[in-house]
Amino acid sequence: MSDTGAVPLVEIENVEKRFGGAGGFLSSPQPVVKALNDVTLTVPKGEAFCLVGESGCGKSTLARTVIGLHPPSAGEIRYRGKRIDNLSTRERRPYNQKMQMIFQNPYASLNPRMTVLQTLEEPLRIHRPQMSDAEIRDKVHAVMRSVGNDPAWGERYPHEFSGGQRQRISIARALMLDPEFIVADEPISALDVSIQAQVLNVMMDAQKERDLTYLFITHDLSVVEHFGSQVAVMYLGTVCEQAETRKLFSMPRHPYTQALLSAIPKMDGTGVNHVKMTGEVPTAMDLPKGCVFHPRCPHAMERCCHEVPTLKQNGSSQTACFAVEEGRI
Amino acid sequence: MSKVATFLKSDFVFRFRRDKVAVGSFIVVMALVLCAVLAPLIAPYNPYDLTTIDIMDSEIPPVWDKSEGDARFLLGTDPQGRDMLSTILYGMRISLTIGFFAVLLQATIGVAIGLLSGYLGGRVDAFFMRLADIQLSLSTLMVAIITLAVFQAAFGAELYSELAIFMLVMVIGIAEWPQYARTVRASVLAEKHKEYVDAARVIGMSQWRIMVRHILPNTLSPILVISTIQVANAIISEAALSFLGLGMPVNKPSLGSLISSGFEFIFSGSWWITVIPSIVLVVLILSINLLGDWLRDVLNPKLYKD
Repeated sequence: MSDTGAVPLVEIENVEKRFGGAGGFLSSPQPVVKALNDVTLTVPKGEAFCLVGESGCGKSTLARTVIGLHPPSAGEIRYRGKRIDNLSTRERRPYNQKMQMIFQNPYASLNPRMTVLQTLEEPLRIHRPQMSDAEIRDKVHAVMRSVGNDPAWGERYPHEFSGGQRQRISIARALMLDPEFIVADEPISALDVSIQAQVLNVMMDAQKERDLTYLFITHDLSVVEHFGSQVAVMYLGTVCEQAETRKLFSMPRHPYTQALLSAIPKMDGTGVNHVKMTGEVPTAMDLPKGCVFHPRCPHAMERCCHEVPTLKQNGSSQTACFAVEEGRI
Repeated sequence: MSKVATFLKSDFVFRFRRDKVAVGSFIVVMALVLCAVLAPLIAPYNPYDLTTIDIMDSEIPPVWDKSEGDARFLLGTDPQGRDMLSTILYGMRISLTIGFFAVLLQATIGVAIGLLSGYLGGRVDAFFMRLADIQLSLSTLMVAIITLAVFQAAFGAELYSELAIFMLVMVIGIAEWPQYARTVRASVLAEKHKEYVDAARVIGMSQWRIMVRHILPNTLSPILVISTIQVANAIISEAALSFLGLGMPVNKPSLGSLISSGFEFIFSGSWWITVIPSIVLVVLILSINLLGDWLRDVLNPKLYKD
């Protein structure tokens, strides 16, 4: 595969996403939910880029915005340097083949009225009309085998499978068009713990074999440590820290990341060493002024209440925190 | 395994066999439909053939009336001297035809509109749903009576009697589309936020394909349920319109016009002209509705009783 050199695979630049707002004729305005605030991230080719954060912090919204299910309210998303967030369905088609998505709930992401074969054939029939029936069948069988599924399952319906099998089917669907970039929205959180490792391994094997780039959304930090090469930590619609996985786990900089990592249960007997946070996550309908984390931050100062910190390189990681910038942490 | 064998072994057939009411009403509906379809073969007379009708035979009571009954006419005759049995069979044929095609028309219009407004939402949705609200605020019969009366006055009774079946199908079909549109829209709204629709969008499918290939098949069970009920409703509407003289003409009676034609004789003792077609109509509607109720119970797992 030709290397594009300096141009990263996916760039997310100053993306904002707001839901609700202006009401139309005869309908009252809805409260505005600021799901994403000025998110800037760069996903280089070949990475397993993980997004972590607690529920409601906007990870899934970011994933869906990147893949084109939601148009961003502001900002740009670029694929290999080309802007893709403002394309029509037709113009987007070449990118649909390159970018695919794996969904969270394998019980909802497969059409219950279509057999496995129909589900897997469909992307090829749309994007590769020149392929013959035999070629399509061979391709489906090959992909099914590569994710550890029996090709003989083709005639069966999704409800006949277990969660892990279904998730492998939906991974197979995402791989049918030989994509370069896969967005995985919590692909293992709906699965049994015993199946999670298996599905994760299927995804890692696929990455090795096909030179894939992942944008992997999860709230499971042990998965990030095992799977990710880069991590971005999100809080309330903003990215607060981004670093290489090893560096982030060995030396978290942002106070939120520190609190998050301290919450991982430890088995080595060193005891609990929680960074305890006070208060609740504020609602995304009424964001705090300044740094969104300041009401709960142990290092918050006057400046944090007024100014919004931006993501900057601070030592080994990029952080959006004045305390780190000023060397207070 | 062939599709038929799979179907016969399915849960659906199993539950059907266990339910005596469902089996009973299914047999009755099938028997009546079969009689209607095969009317030209099994009816003793052709009620449309004027040469076989003798006015001298009018108002003969059914055979079990020993004093006046005539062995030629099992269920007696109507005021024109037509054999009641044959007329009822042919009339049921007309009623069922109108019911079936009217529902087909309702379903086509309603499903298309429901799918569009549910999936596209926004202005399209607002427009069609307000239209449906307006139409539902006028009763079907009122719309039908006005339309048919105007048509009859404008084109004359003769042309009207020729076009009666077509007009009834059109009027009943168009008047009841909101039932379908609302049901389908509700299911579409539930389906379109499921992840398989997002998956289809990520693959880059066109909106049409997503609507027709992915969402529509998942809204079929409510469509099936209301279709049975709507066939019964359409037959009732047709009977009511015919009873009011706006439906099928006397020379091609449906069940409704038969009931109506006997109504003026009911106090002179010729009860059978009204009562027998009424019983047939009631049995037909009741069986279809029971079947529809059963279908709704089976296809909606939330209503499982045991």
